[in-house]
Amino acid sequence: MTIERKEIEKLATLSRLAIDEKTIADVTGRLSSVLALVDQLQSANTESLQEISRPFHTSQRLRDDQVDETDQRDAFQAIAPQTHNGLFTVPKMIE
Amino acid sequence: MHNYTIAKLIKGLQNKEFSSVELTQHFLDRISQLNDDYNAVITVTSEQALSAAALADQRLANGDAPAMCGVPILHKDIFCTNGVRTSCGSKMLDNFVPPYDATVVENFARDGAVMLGKTNMDEFAMGSSNETSFYGPVKNPWATDSVPGGSSGGSAAAIAARLAPGATATDTGGSIRQPAALCGISGLKPTYGRVSRWGMIAFASSLDQAGPMARTAEDCAIMLNCMASFDEKDSTSVNQSVPDYTASLGNSIKGLKIGIPKEYFSEGLDPGTEIAVRKALADLEAQGAQLVKISLPNSHLSVPAYYVIAPAEASANLSRFDGVKYGYRCENPKDLQDMYCRSRTEGFGEEVQRRILIGTYCLSAGYYDAYYGKAQQVRQLIQQDFSDAFKSVDLIMGPTCPSPAFKFGAKGDDPVAMYLEDIYTIATNLAGLPGMSVPCGMVEEKPVGLQIIGNYFDEARMLNVAHQFQQITNWHNQAPEAVQ
Repeated sequence: MTIERKEIEKLATLSRLAIDEKTIADVTGRLSSVLALVDQLQSANTESLQEISRPFHTSQRLRDDQVDETDQRDAFQAIAPQTHNGLFTVPKMIE
Repeated sequence: MHNYTIAKLIKGLQNKEFSSVELTQHFLDRISQLNDDYNAVITVTSEQALSAAALADQRLANGDAPAMCGVPILHKDIFCTNGVRTSCGSKMLDNFVPPYDATVVENFARDGAVMLGKTNMDEFAMGSSNETSFYGPVKNPWATDSVPGGSSGGSAAAIAARLAPGATATDTGGSIRQPAALCGISGLKPTYGRVSRWGMIAFASSLDQAGPMARTAEDCAIMLNCMASFDEKDSTSVNQSVPDYTASLGNSIKGLKIGIPKEYFSEGLDPGTEIAVRKALADLEAQGAQLVKISLPNSHLSVPAYYVIAPAEASANLSRFDGVKYGYRCENPKDLQDMYCRSRTEGFGEEVQRRILIGTYCLSAGYYDAYYGKAQQVRQLIQQDFSDAFKSVDLIMGPTCPSPAFKFGAKGDDPVAMYLEDIYTIATNLAGLPGMSVPCGMVEEKPVGLQIIGNYFDEARMLNVAHQFQQITNWHNQAPEAVQ
């Protein structure tokens, strides 16, 4: 299956990535070749098979619904790109 | 000392033949002299290492030394290390200094190992050649014009170059076994859930598994004893007791049934590699093992299924890198969307972006059932192949990779050619099974790996047969001339 340029642009928007005009043809070609590879899956007879999302059958362990972490705000904010008064700051989004 | 195995170093430290400070300084000196040739280590923690070594010497003197006390190792730069940069081979995390240790790192510290530094890797573990690292490619110590494999290529090359006796690594589709094979060392990917993923930067969460790399199977067993643990902090960690993996190394392999899948010896396998692997199998047969022909009929679907599931999980996992809380943020963003988009586009390399796009495609409305749902069903077919095979054999063996190390740039233009490098290793990740690679020959002066696949939690048996193989062969003792 080949992928259209328009679809690549939509995927880039969904992925929050920018693809510049110079490389879009190249990216389209390479993604199409990967999709041709994964299209081989369509030949498999998977009727009545369940989808498995984990390597083997174990139930997802749940912890008790209690706070068990200590406050490490200062440690985590020390590595943030920008903070102000204990908050993570981002560019203004509401005029 | 750099030619000693971990087992021999532990004895030497306990018998006071050398101190941990001497040993650590020796490896730090080697890294400083040789690393420029290989680019295997991207962060050296000299001061921290020497302090840890001095503490280890005290514990050795006091007689309360834990299992790996004073042994220097390297950590793949995918494991978070408190106060030490953890880049995952990416510009995105070039400035990331975690305020905590991964469980694997904690386990090694608990057992007295000394961290020398962090190893280079493919960006976010996405690659089979180490060419995607933000810090430049790692060179294979056996042939510096060739790749070391990936994504744990830095760990594998460092061990082959005797910059450390052991290193941690991770394997999502072959990232321990393939570089181990191409660099002529031993490496083990344990059963999914055996080793905690907490603090290990996520690529594809249902496939990622950490494991040891060292020169010998015995050293991998010593390291796995330390790495394997049940961890409350990883919801997929398996609460099952950890055996002493060194205890059964000496067992006889007489009567062991080894399955040889016909699909692993078909078109695409380099003839020299096939000869080396078949010779290794004959060596094991001569020791009393029984070779049984088997079939894994859905093998051809493993690469396509992997390249849906892994990018899908990666696209979700990597959405956390948005320039807000940590990691790279672009300069002067004009608004929030611009900040997300430029931080990610400038911070991620080409292969990572490609996989995010593929994953987003496979998960998007209208394509989910055809790709992601189908791949998850195929995963069951692949798992069933293995479970049928293990009804009649104890282990499965074949080549780790289709050919020895290839030259830089050889597969650069074609992502699919690179993906096929992992054709023999990917199925075990999809099934969650343990896999191992041990050196078993040389082709054109480059190492070849024998892959050993075990049933769930059967690492002890795999290590036993690998150790027995290394008692009758010398491939694991070979070293590139420049580093001897």
